[in-house]
Formats: sequence, C-alpha cells, structure tokens
Amino acid sequence: MNNIAISLLSILLSGLLTQNFIFSRFMGICPFLGVSKKISTAFGMGLAVTFVMTLSGTVTYLVYTYILAPFNLGYMKTIVFIFIIASLVQFVEMALQKYMPALYSALGIYLPLITTNCAVLGAVLLVVDTYAYQTLAEAVTFNFSAALGFTLAIVLMAGVRERLETAPIPEFLKGFPIVLISAALISMAFGGLSF
Amino acid sequence: MEILIPVIVLGLIGLVMGSILAVASKVFQVETDPREEKVSALLPGANCGGCGFAGCAACAAAIAKGDAPVAACPGISAEALKEICAVMGVNEQEKTPMAAFVQCNGQLDKANFRYFFDGSKTCADIAALQQGDKLCAYACLGYGDCVQACNFGALSIENGIAKVHTADCVGCGVCVKTCPKQVLALMPKNIEAYAVKCSSKDKGAAMKEICSAGCIGCKLCEKACAFGAVKVENNLAKIDTQKCTGCGACAEKCPKHIIVGIGKKQMSSAS
Repeated sequence: MNNIAISLLSILLSGLLTQNFIFSRFMGICPFLGVSKKISTAFGMGLAVTFVMTLSGTVTYLVYTYILAPFNLGYMKTIVFIFIIASLVQFVEMALQKYMPALYSALGIYLPLITTNCAVLGAVLLVVDTYAYQTLAEAVTFNFSAALGFTLAIVLMAGVRERLETAPIPEFLKGFPIVLISAALISMAFGGLSF
Repeated sequence: MEILIPVIVLGLIGLVMGSILAVASKVFQVETDPREEKVSALLPGANCGGCGFAGCAACAAAIAKGDAPVAACPGISAEALKEICAVMGVNEQEKTPMAAFVQCNGQLDKANFRYFFDGSKTCADIAALQQGDKLCAYACLGYGDCVQACNFGALSIENGIAKVHTADCVGCGVCVKTCPKQVLALMPKNIEAYAVKCSSKDKGAAMKEICSAGCIGCKLCEKACAFGAVKVENNLAKIDTQKCTGCGACAEKCPKHIIVGIGKKQMSSAS
C-alpha cells in the first residue's frame, strides 16, 4: 500500500515539475501561447484541460486495456483516442456553456481546440506506449499530473505576460518574441529541477 | 472476417460516445432565442460600444430579449434595421442617420496656445492641464482621442483639429462620449442645414486674443436668418437643424467663416 502511494506521488511530482508537459516535453504549446494573456482565463483553461485529460486518461486506459489490447487492435489506438478525446471535449464545452458562460466565451476557440491539444493525446499515448504506468491508478495519476503541470505552466506564463504588458520592451521584441523568450527562460529553470 | 472486428469495435465506441453526447446535449441545453443569432448577424459587428452594451453580441441579446429597442444600435444601416424589425416582428421605425460634427475650427494657424506640452499626447491628459494647451477652453485639442476611439476609421486629425469623414461615419457617438472637451456632436446626416463650427462661450472681445476662428457672438447670422433658426446664446451662435432650410444666408454673413454646411450641404460643398 505504502509503495503504491509513493509511486503515485512520484508520478504526480514528475508530471508537475521534472517532466512538465510544456517545459520539458514541449506538448500543448498552442493553448499555452494562445490563452496565457490573463491569469483568470489561463486558470480556467487549465481546469478545462485538467478535466478533459483526467477523464480521457481514465476512459482511454480502460478502452485500451479491455477492448483494444485483447483484440490486438493496438494499431487503432490513435484514432480511437482522438475519438474519445473529441467526445469529451464536446461534453466539457456543453457543460461550460451551461454552467460557466463567462469562462466559455473567454476561452473561445481554444476550448474546442483542446481536442487537438497534443498534450492530451500525448499523455494518453505515453501511458499505453511506455508501459511505465501499469495500473489504472497510475495511468490516471499520470494524466492528472500532466494536466496539473500544464495548468501550472500556463498560469505562470500568464503571470509573466501580465507584467510584460507594462514592461519597457524593445520594439522588435514586442508581442510574441518576448513571450517565446520568457517561455524559454522558464523552461530552462524547470530543466534545473530534473537534475 | 477478422477485418470486421475493428469495424465493430470502432462502431460500438462511436455509438456509446454518440449516445452520451446526445444525452448531454439535452441535459446541458442552453435556451437561446433563435432571433438573437439573426439580430447578431445583422448588427455591424464592430463592437464599438455606442449602444451602451458590452458589444454587438450583448446588444443582440438585449434586442432579442426586448430589453433594448430594435434601433438600439446607433451605427446600423437603414436596410439592416428593416431586417431586424422583420426578425423581431415590430413595426418599422424611421431612423435618422447621424454623423459626428466637430464644433471647432481652431486649427493650428488660427488658435493661440497657452503652452506646448512634451509629455503624453492624449486629449484626456492635455485637457486635465489648465483645460488644454489652446487658450480657448472650448477648443478641439487635436490629439486624436476620438480617432483612437472610432471603430470605423471615420475620423482624422488635420491641421490640429479633428475632421469627420462623414461618408464613413455611422453616427455611433463613441467619439462624442470620448471627447474630454465635448466638442463633438451628432448631427442628422440627410438634411440640408448649416451648423456652427465653434463651441466657445467666451465674449467677442476676449476671442480676439484666443482664436481667429472663434464665434464672437456678433448676431449677424441671427439677423440674416429669415426662418428664426439661428440664435445667439452665451456669446455663441446655435442653429436649430429642424428649422434650418439650408439657404446659407448666415454662412455668407459670418465674419469668421465658421458656419458650414452639414448633411447633404456638406457633401455638395466638399466636392
């Protein structure tokens, strides 16, 4: 029991810090740059992605283990996973429109784009490809930690960008150049965590 | 037969996901007024804020709900308004198209300056410093806050004052609200009339020092008008656009040449 808890904790921490999806795996860069202008919307995006990733991690693990693997249909995993993720995103979109219309309109086009967020697909594919996460609990924890890492990264970035708005930046660096440079600097800082 | 297994598996997953979504779409259904979308499509979509709502979508929602009049959008064209009336099922409303008008002619060579400011060049900031850098407290400052505010590119700064490009102006009134000196006003677009290009209430004698294009309240225009449309109040001539017939007698008499044609008169004189 204790061993399981420790392994889950290490998965959680590695997803959050050392193997952060954005800063060390470079997945999910599109919403990371697109929705990181304000902390509040960035946090909302993080929550939506967390929900989708945790749920898709659970569903895809079950589908892969109990349907695809027994029938030797491993080669179909990408299409099946995309299918599941797309449905879940649709589900989240409907729920948000109903219960949080403000967040729904703030996320705009980036909400349906969670479907093509490579962090979501990347995480579920990593689970079945690397064999590092054998149990359902491990798989779900890995997905959840990856999503938390995504949320952490995007909120950090939004905080930096809110300050960049008023900072005296050289003309040729204004806009995306300085954002990318900042992202690189944060990424290097995160790199220090994995040694 | 083996090829059927993936087909069946994929089909079943699709069926399950599809049914979940079908149920969810019923559970999470948001009641939207179908008219809202139609009205939204008919609005200009510039999100200028002239209607007082957060944007065109919010304005459309208010119109569909009945919280706002069908003509809530000040920048709407007559045809689009007709269609909105049809969508909402109300009688057509006549809408007078309006255009902004700059009530100042104090160009750089005409207005005298109190100071020259090297800092922030916005009307709002300059207006806060001794009522502006021009000696005239009523003058257009010409730093273009209205140009920034205009969503239709209908304003520019020429020779130190704002200039309205009437053809592009939809009369949303955002510039009128933005101007810290209240020098802009909305005037009907499709009438033949004249208006005074000055808002100074200073006395005629004082005006000599201030601006060579300022109304001195000499009442020549008032006397010239055969229709009682021109009135001088507080040392400033005002023309009632309802009564004005566009004869131009006042404009001819004005010693400062600051009575200009508006609406159709302006179009003809500009060309």
